Amino acid sequence: MAHVSNLIETDIEQYLKSHQYKSLLRFITCGSVDDGKSTLIGRLLYESKMIFEDQLAALEADSKKMGTQGEQIDFALLVDGLAAEREQGITIDVAYRFFSTDRRKFIVADTPGHEQYTRNMITGASTADLAVILIDARKGVLVQSRRHSYLVSLIGIKQVVLAVNKMDLVGYSQEKYDAIVAEYLEFAKQIGLTNITPIPMSAFKGDNITENSPNMPWYTGSPLMPHLETVPIAAENPDAAFRLPVQWVNRPNLDFRGFSGVITGGTVRKGDKVKALPSGKESTVASIVLDGEIDQAVSGQSVTITLADEIDVSRGDILSAAGSPPGVSDQFEATLVWMNETALLPHRPYLLKIGARTVTANVSAIKHKVNVNTLEQLAAKSLELNEIGVCNISLEQSVAFDPYTENKDTGGFILIDRMTNETVGAGMIHFALRRAQNIHWQAVDVHKDVRAAQKAQKSCVLWFTGLSGAGKSTIANLVEKKLYAINRHTYLLDGDNVRHGLNRDLGFTDVDRVENIRRVGEVAKLMVDAGLIVLTAFISPFRAERQMVRSLLEGGEFFEVYIETPLAVAESRDVKGLYKKARQGQIKNFTGIDSPYEAPETPDIRVDTTKMSAEEAADYIVKVLEDRGMLTGGTF
Amino acid sequence: MSSLTHLQRLEAESIHIMREVAAEAENPVMMYSIGKDSSVMLRLAMKAFAPGKPPFPMLHVNTGWKFRNMIEFRDQQMKELGLNLISYTNLEAQQQGINPFDHGSAYTDIMKTQALKQALDKYGFDAAFGGARRDEEKSRAKERIFSFRSANHVWDPKNQRPELWRLYNARKNKGESIRVFPLSNWTELDIWQYIYLENIPIVPLYFAAPRPVVERDGLLIMVDDERMRLKPGEVPEVKNVRFRTLGCYPLSGAVESNAATLQDVIQEMLLTTTSERQGRAIDHDSAASMEKKKREGYF
Repeated sequence: MAHVSNLIETDIEQYLKSHQYKSLLRFITCGSVDDGKSTLIGRLLYESKMIFEDQLAALEADSKKMGTQGEQIDFALLVDGLAAEREQGITIDVAYRFFSTDRRKFIVADTPGHEQYTRNMITGASTADLAVILIDARKGVLVQSRRHSYLVSLIGIKQVVLAVNKMDLVGYSQEKYDAIVAEYLEFAKQIGLTNITPIPMSAFKGDNITENSPNMPWYTGSPLMPHLETVPIAAENPDAAFRLPVQWVNRPNLDFRGFSGVITGGTVRKGDKVKALPSGKESTVASIVLDGEIDQAVSGQSVTITLADEIDVSRGDILSAAGSPPGVSDQFEATLVWMNETALLPHRPYLLKIGARTVTANVSAIKHKVNVNTLEQLAAKSLELNEIGVCNISLEQSVAFDPYTENKDTGGFILIDRMTNETVGAGMIHFALRRAQNIHWQAVDVHKDVRAAQKAQKSCVLWFTGLSGAGKSTIANLVEKKLYAINRHTYLLDGDNVRHGLNRDLGFTDVDRVENIRRVGEVAKLMVDAGLIVLTAFISPFRAERQMVRSLLEGGEFFEVYIETPLAVAESRDVKGLYKKARQGQIKNFTGIDSPYEAPETPDIRVDTTKMSAEEAADYIVKVLEDRGMLTGGTF
Repeated sequence: MSSLTHLQRLEAESIHIMREVAAEAENPVMMYSIGKDSSVMLRLAMKAFAPGKPPFPMLHVNTGWKFRNMIEFRDQQMKELGLNLISYTNLEAQQQGINPFDHGSAYTDIMKTQALKQALDKYGFDAAFGGARRDEEKSRAKERIFSFRSANHVWDPKNQRPELWRLYNARKNKGESIRVFPLSNWTELDIWQYIYLENIPIVPLYFAAPRPVVERDGLLIMVDDERMRLKPGEVPEVKNVRFRTLGCYPLSGAVESNAATLQDVIQEMLLTTTSERQGRAIDHDSAASMEKKKREGYF
């Protein structure tokens, strides 16, 4: 690695010492497909002497083979990684590149410019200190440039370089450059980007990369590389209050109990008063451990802290400056970027990870989505892949947080799909919704267990699920009759009946189906609280919603009853004539035909209707309830 | 207080990653290959859980053809640090006589890739730390820090989870496992600088010394034990050599060098003009070879 420095040859020790104190700048490059991002990064690697001779030889060979730049070296080939992409000639994911100079080490996130990859850009930008926004001097400020800039401002990057590239192709015209810069600055003001450094360049020819280009004597500012080497790095949240999200409780022996994590804001010293959130308990820092003991630690360091008092702190809690603790809430307004092919559905439960804490959460309302090209606010019922919306988020338990603009680590979160475990969304918290703090659950003296005991039963939900025509309603009806006959107290919530009243306003889109089940789940929960055995007969095609209802109830209260009937059998029965209509296209979104049914993987009760009559099935279900002790009351 | 140096930031990130895996995985393990990157990874693991010990074992996939010096170093390190090491060898293949002389790239697949999969399956490890860095080659540059493998240990580069901020989603589906790369953002120079700064012990083979070697296909191969098969006309010659990367001795190319101290080695690295992996015979196949190997489960 031919770092040019005489010190390497003459005094290697001195060289190493001087390089131990380099700083680190992480930046992203964003631009449209042909703005020359990969070429720019390849050029920076080349200019910083980070390319080995064998790599250069391979690059020259590749350049000839691919033939994209004639006989010239195609720097983009250095950067475009995966085989599939090289064939397509485009970058499809986030790639990280490394180079260093005598002053700084750099990590570049190369993020793609296509419309469909907002996800990747947000990912690359989330860890960047600076953004280089590329503009093709021939094309000027495009829709994509605006979109990239909006995303940069959204993710909170403060430093921007406006790289007006391909100046060689516009005759190094100052007039063209000035016009582009003026137009861009006007737009940047609207989205709150203020710290912008425009530089005219040609990554391909090497103009204004390391030295001021003789082709553009009118530009007297700093070339790109020197700018990147000297631009101040906003140290991680230097002015923020002390925050340490606890990742790990370190307890190697009875004498040591430490709380480990990265400091994500401020400074901590021995003797500082700290507060643990969400519990609110306070103590004093007894020691700070990083290898050995140190007296103070700053934002960005991974440390272990011991406290003077034995207060209860566990993974996911936040240690903070006692005088300026983060907020605690279970409801937020946040900007959400959707990152998955399966759309965001309001009220569907997801896992939310913030710091080291993971809780169940749902989007209770989408206030609006944002057209990233025009910044227009639009009404929305769901968010599709790469869409951005402002949402209300509701959590199952309170968490400690800061607004994202104050602290990215305690204000940023991801959403995880509970079934696929994929990361499906990224959020940035604006503020807590006050409402949450003012509504308290009303405690009552006559409670669920007493009410159920009075009825000589334990209250529960029998959740019948299966295809239309599987026999859910028929069997549920028989089960209810049999329970009634032995003096048990029941209520049957039937899908069709509920849709005539409570859910009259809902249709059959995925969004409405989720809301349908949510309401039924809440009603069933109230009835369980009333001490009843509740039977529900809904197709309820999505696992996530059945899981949502299960999570509303206490353990042992939810019985998933899978009425298993092959599609062909259900269709041949076609009691209500619905399959026929669906096949003819008269009914849209019909489960099993043009809308999916996700069969239960481990139902509590499974009934195969090709092997059991409805009567037998009902007897079987009652038997299961009896065996599980649901038909005997507790002792009160 | 001035802002952190690049090594401090890298260290903090790696430690954060290790703690996150220790907290979220059910049965994590650290791949210990005995090389310089493993030495750095091990030091970071010791720091992450100090004053305790890392809450996971070390796993060495032993092909049976590692340099003797590596095995000595490994055992000494583990003893000094008081760590639990699992050494795993694909015994079935070893009994069948699979060796680096007769079986070429199939050897690497069977004794390294397959052996690794067998070891992970045998012990039920659901997360394995690896010392790979993104600067090593192009396909690694796009790999996430938390990289998921299907039940068959296959990597799908088109279907990677976005990684934002410091938030890692370590949840996995049944049968899936995670390869975690805490050194993703380190470069070769960072590794050497950290070794220098922290005085981290490394295998003596990295330092030049007189060693018996033969020249073969442009590589200097060390005759480390009596199993080395000499071709007609090959006579071991003692040369002052050292190794830039370590692996199975019949596949590792040495370089002639007089760099006998850490400073000398770093100086030589900085002045040299051939990239690190050229000493590894497996990379010579094709441009996309590493990506293909990784899809199939090579670390």
